[in-house]
Amino acid sequence: MSVLIYAQNWDGKFKKSVYELLSYGKKIAENNGTELIALSLGNVEKDELESLANYGADKIYFSNNSAFESFDNEIFTAALKQTAEKVAAKEIILLHNNEGKALGSHLSVALKAGFVSAAVALPESYSPITIKKKVFTGKAFAHVKVNSDIAILTLSPNSFEIKEIASAATTEEMNFTLPTAKTKVESREVSKGKLLLTDADLVVSGGRGLKSGENWGMLEDLAGVLGAALACSRPVSDEGWRSHTEHVGQTGKIIAPNLYIAVGISGAIQHVGGISSSKCIVAINKDPDAPIFEVADYGIVGDAFKIVPELTAALK
Amino acid sequence: MKILVCLGNVPDTTTKIKISDNKLDATGIQWIINPWDELALTRAMELKEDANNLVDGVSVVSVGLASAEPTIRKALAIGADEAFRIDCEPTDAFFTATQLSLVAKDFDIVLTGIESSDYNGISVGGMLAEIIGSASVSAVSSLNIDADKIIVSREIDGGKETVSTQLPVVLTVQKGIAKDPRIPAMRGIMMARQKPLKVIAATSTANLTEILKFEMPQAKGKCKMVDAENVAELVNLLRNEAKVI
Repeated sequence: MSVLIYAQNWDGKFKKSVYELLSYGKKIAENNGTELIALSLGNVEKDELESLANYGADKIYFSNNSAFESFDNEIFTAALKQTAEKVAAKEIILLHNNEGKALGSHLSVALKAGFVSAAVALPESYSPITIKKKVFTGKAFAHVKVNSDIAILTLSPNSFEIKEIASAATTEEMNFTLPTAKTKVESREVSKGKLLLTDADLVVSGGRGLKSGENWGMLEDLAGVLGAALACSRPVSDEGWRSHTEHVGQTGKIIAPNLYIAVGISGAIQHVGGISSSKCIVAINKDPDAPIFEVADYGIVGDAFKIVPELTAALK
Repeated sequence: MKILVCLGNVPDTTTKIKISDNKLDATGIQWIINPWDELALTRAMELKEDANNLVDGVSVVSVGLASAEPTIRKALAIGADEAFRIDCEPTDAFFTATQLSLVAKDFDIVLTGIESSDYNGISVGGMLAEIIGSASVSAVSSLNIDADKIIVSREIDGGKETVSTQLPVVLTVQKGIAKDPRIPAMRGIMMARQKPLKVIAATSTANLTEILKFEMPQAKGKCKMVDAENVAELVNLLRNEAKVI
């Protein structure tokens, strides 16, 4: 038996979220006395592949098959299913991103295995698996029991500490029997070099209090000094001041950075749902009664147009 | 070409979640169509009304007891031609997807919202595709039909992809699929009363997961206020107390 994690790559590179999955999976494997298996699909250089061993992988399976160059639910599901069967995976752990959520749901049916998304901690018991997860967009938690022999989990980002544990992992190439894809990627647009909101440790976010999209310059300056990504509240993306890809909240992106600075955001319950897992929240708002102060760790009441440039200057 | 939109019946997004007796306390909750499902329905209606497309009809389906019917009627008022209600309480995602497959297998394009804002059962769309063996694409933010070709865009990290897909297909859609949800007009509300709402018996299937209990997040400690005239103090706190920068 084993714990299987899917090590997704981006242009041949892993992100820290993958190492977080390994650290999490390692704890489960140690508890069960089983092996931690990592699967990589698509073209990844040998050195990068072997980095998975630094975070506890006992075996690394990979395939450079060109079928994995673009994402297709059926093809990736087939590869994961065949690997899970080969290694008798009892727990399958995926990233809580678009690909991970899609794979978890497909695999759940393919393996008749219970799927728990957005797990936030290690299982509370192992046979059967019970585990804590977010529900109602982070407004509450549920303790969920898995009724099948195999459990599939996605792990909420930033909910487990990354730990380096060097292991002498073996690597092995897999040969899969893959179906013919029913979907085809016709084109791809990716902006290179831009820090992704969902990857960012630090986030600077603006709300309606900034009055206009033209006032974003001072937030860009603050984000620049911090090395932070930019975000916004729903009214801002609805007004078209910023792209909806920056909208965080219940109907936008759910994020969990180390630091979230909310500028001119009142803190409606839908917005708070998207940021409540942040380690530290700073609120800057002119209204001392704004609900954002109820969830913030640090707050300043005052004029954002004066405070933000001062903050940027103080950080330099 | 026939489109089916799956509707989740969820608490209004402004709802303060309260748990009592280990269940969601339903007192005072306003139930709405899952916001993403509502956007999917809006896009389906736009495609049907566009004469260049081959969309013959838009149907909606929901898994729920009779109490879910106001939500389903609203979808009919927005413009769906017919509705199905599968008569059972939706439990876990696998159970719900299995029920939806009873209806979904007869459609060319099935739309589900990316996330239901209740138990965050993000998984219904993918499970449904796997059960009926259709193609599927998730995180879809636009849907177009070009002759008989289905073209969607899908959000990926830092960008987007344009993807073509075979039919039948299950699309899990998100923000961007339609600009604003449609609001039913008075004429639509009147017409909705005459439209067919078929009740279908549920099929028996296992629950692969079950919720044992709920827990509310711990209340945050008190917010530490910093004087607006002393912004440097905030930097000091972030560096030396919170240690986040």
